Amino acid sequence: MSDVAISTETVDVAAPAAGARVADFIELLKPRVMSLVVFSGFAGLMVAPGDLHPVLAAVAVLCIAVGAGASGAINMWYDRDIDAIMQRTRRRPLPAGRVDPQEAVSFGIVLAIGAVTLMAVAVNWLAAGLLAFTIAFYVFVYTMWLKRRTPQNIVIGGAAGAFPPMIGWAAVTGQISLASVALFLLIFMWTPPHFWALALYRTGDYAKAGVPMLPVVAGARATKRQMLVYTVLLLPLALAPWALGLTGVVYAAAAAVLGLLFVLAAVRVWLDEGERAARQMFAFSILYLFLLFTLLIVDRAPGLIGGSLA
Amino acid sequence: MTAQAMTGPTPHATEQRRRQRARNRAVLLVLLLLVVLIYVISIVRMGGG
Repeated sequence: MSDVAISTETVDVAAPAAGARVADFIELLKPRVMSLVVFSGFAGLMVAPGDLHPVLAAVAVLCIAVGAGASGAINMWYDRDIDAIMQRTRRRPLPAGRVDPQEAVSFGIVLAIGAVTLMAVAVNWLAAGLLAFTIAFYVFVYTMWLKRRTPQNIVIGGAAGAFPPMIGWAAVTGQISLASVALFLLIFMWTPPHFWALALYRTGDYAKAGVPMLPVVAGARATKRQMLVYTVLLLPLALAPWALGLTGVVYAAAAAVLGLLFVLAAVRVWLDEGERAARQMFAFSILYLFLLFTLLIVDRAPGLIGGSLA
Repeated sequence: MTAQAMTGPTPHATEQRRRQRARNRAVLLVLLLLVVLIYVISIVRMGGG
């Protein structure tokens, strides 16, 4: 722990006293993570049966985006000690000393309250409640409780990233249904192989920071086995939207092909003793989710391919 | 009169003020957008949207 404290302090002392730039606050929102969250939330909104005024739909997406960004800012505030140690995160605004920790956490809290309030006022209480729960789950359950304690951190914590399609669905329908739970499960099962692929080639970083990621605690072989299990389980699960009548056969065929490619990526990681396959799988996992939700939207859109809108 | 007043602000102080101004403008922009957004939401909701 002393190493952590020393590292953080050293960086803070070297901080420029000119104050934070606007870009530093934008960086606190984790824009890259936010983009995937926004896209999956948008997909939930698009595939849900029913109508929502375009302005209110845009507000719902904005609230999901701001809520995700707020979670990111609070996460960066809490994790600033370990971020200062890891190569991948040491240039973030807090460990680099460009933003004051109190400003960062205040920024995150204000945005979180603002996003949930706006969702409640403009859209509906269920969507707002789910958004509040998602933020709280990410901050308290994943960041503060699980991340530093268990190698299952991203398995359980991954639920936070899986809620956005459910929020989008709830924004339109005002309900939680089996189909929206299927969308949740899809991201929930995708998260472990996605993060473990990253952790496989960042093991040293996580070990140094004392974060018990699965490759650090159980080793590469056990991690690769679990990644393979999750990708195999994800394969039929990705077909659930089709089985539930949410999409047409075009989605089903494409989801099956993408799922097989994801399994193939996991097999390559299993066989590869180096880092190359893990890096490629991490990149592919992002593409996989992006394409899957694009297919969901396209297959549901009336007049496009299946046009299976109920 | 101090030496700094005679020579003008230091580059550090200038940068500090520039960043402060940029942050203030960003906050102003966000507040204005929020006002417009709440106005539009009110119109849509009152119209039964």
